[in-house]
Amino acid sequence: MSAPPRRTTYREAVREAIREAMLRDPRVFLMGEDVGRYGGCYAVSKGLLQEFGEERIRDTPLSESGFVGAGIGAALNGMRPIVEVMSVNFSLLALDQIVNNAATIPHMSGGQFAVPLVIRMATGSGRQLAAQHSHSLEGWYAHIPGLKVLVPATLEDARGMLWSALEDPNPVLIFEHVQLYNMEGDLDAAAGPVPISGAAIRRPGRDLSIITYGGSLSKCLAAATALAAEGIEAEVVDLRSLRPLDDATIMASVARTRRVLIVDEGWRSGGISAEISARIVEQAFYELDAPPARLCGVEVPIPYPKHLEDASVPQAESIHAAARTLVRPGPA
Amino acid sequence: MTAKPRLTHDHARRLLGQMMRIRSFEERCAELYTQQKIRGFLHLYVGEEANAVGVMEALSPQDKVVATYRDHGHALARGVAMGPVMAEMFGKAGGTSRGRGGSMHIFDRPTRFYGGNAIVGGGLPLAVGLALAEKMAKGSGIAVCLFGEGAVAEGEFHESLNLAALWKLPVLFVCENNLYAMGSAIERTESETDIHLKAAAYRLDSRRVDGMDVVAVEAATRGAIEHIRGGAGPVFLECMTYRFRAHSMFDAQLYRDKEEVERWKERDPIKRFQTWALAAGLLRDSDVTALAAEVAAEVDAAVAFAETSPWEPLADLEKYVLMDEVPA
Repeated sequence: MSAPPRRTTYREAVREAIREAMLRDPRVFLMGEDVGRYGGCYAVSKGLLQEFGEERIRDTPLSESGFVGAGIGAALNGMRPIVEVMSVNFSLLALDQIVNNAATIPHMSGGQFAVPLVIRMATGSGRQLAAQHSHSLEGWYAHIPGLKVLVPATLEDARGMLWSALEDPNPVLIFEHVQLYNMEGDLDAAAGPVPISGAAIRRPGRDLSIITYGGSLSKCLAAATALAAEGIEAEVVDLRSLRPLDDATIMASVARTRRVLIVDEGWRSGGISAEISARIVEQAFYELDAPPARLCGVEVPIPYPKHLEDASVPQAESIHAAARTLVRPGPA
Repeated sequence: MTAKPRLTHDHARRLLGQMMRIRSFEERCAELYTQQKIRGFLHLYVGEEANAVGVMEALSPQDKVVATYRDHGHALARGVAMGPVMAEMFGKAGGTSRGRGGSMHIFDRPTRFYGGNAIVGGGLPLAVGLALAEKMAKGSGIAVCLFGEGAVAEGEFHESLNLAALWKLPVLFVCENNLYAMGSAIERTESETDIHLKAAAYRLDSRRVDGMDVVAVEAATRGAIEHIRGGAGPVFLECMTYRFRAHSMFDAQLYRDKEEVERWKERDPIKRFQTWALAAGLLRDSDVTALAAEVAAEVDAAVAFAETSPWEPLADLEKYVLMDEVPA
């Protein structure tokens, strides 16, 4: 008999995933700025220090390159570190280690060494944190061969992706959208690890495909509900992984609906949406009834005031409007 | 720190032989570069051999080594076989990294050689992590990180020394101070040119060593390792040394005087040790002759190995970008 689902938040789901990993494997430890005594900048690791001690819940100085590199070194030497970087903007201070070491050492060593490391970081806008705490740079990381890039958007994925990422022999980056931490819902009491390859259809539909991930998923689902009231059935595809991309699921959806809108918070020029759009044109051009459309972040450093911040990234209303235009061109 | 070791004949022969191996290997590399057998960057270590040999002589098999892009000497002294190192220079499949890394990226799992790192300063955080894992898993190894004084200007240097000292990690930092970061003299890049003083500011045991004296380097390393294995935290050695040849094969050396180079060549670590060991009766002329012959034969064999090694098949281009498993 299975236990009933329980109310939980995204934050608690991530914490539960870390706890499970710590309990299952003594090689796992968590390291980052203020993960211990403070409990994590977004309170993800609250209470874990008391349970596991400061050796395994390891507070670091503000040395992103140093402690991310130390995570790589520890992974090379048999450990399974989870490194937390407070925000994707701060991860730029560790780009050397992530791009020049974690992503290259397996290949550059001719396969002698693997880097089984997980780096978690917060991404995205919505908390009025302005232009150095709010960007969505996961698409950049998806450019780098040798990395895997995960973008959990649901409670199941927040709970389940971490262990699978730790079991992967490659460096895996997990991007947690800041607006998701408080998301509440029912999670199966038996929820556990989930596969980390492959996109998921979060809502089936026949009239267009909305392809998205992370913090934009719930906005796309809200837009889909509004579209349904107008007789437009949108299929919502949650990418779940930005590298590798699940071409098969994307193309199958596009082949069913013949129209596609790609939604992400990252900037439009050279972004992940551009990559997805190019792949669709290359692989499914003759299935399309209309050119692929993109709804991305406005090309501006994210501003502080609420109305400007909201206008900088796709919202349910703008997604709704873009989708409607795609299906029913002309005046609304 | 311990006193200078009492050298036996075998020990002296090994130290001289190792330095001669590196010198001879690299001189052949320079020839092979002009023949275009070796391409890309080639950073020679000629003049600095006493550092690699002195440090590696004091290490144990379980220790981990992180080196720089000037890594041939480190690899050879650590015990990486010369044939695969030469094949790596050629870019052949028989190379240590199957030819994928080249001169700057020698990796060797059996000897726990975690790579030549070609981002100045980029290897230091790795060494901190290797040592952190060793400490957490209660292993007996230490991590040894070699880098030039140019790395001292990088943020990663400071972050790494702070972390290692803060967490009392078993790391030996070896700064090979050859006075030039590529073409920039240390006085032109550092506000404090006594590098070991910077390290001392992080409250780790820090000292300066004559990097042209292989025995002094070995003695200092042994002392450092004793300190580290005793659980007292990291040690920093600043080895004062000099690069006799250009930074890389593209370097016209416009930034330093010929007289300066000649002055340092008078302190050639090989000549110096050989002269001393012969005078002290530790080695005979016949030892030197025999070593020269052994080294020449080893280098010839390494070149032959590299020449006959196959190329990686094109079909394998993307292999090892993602791993299927963590190598055991």
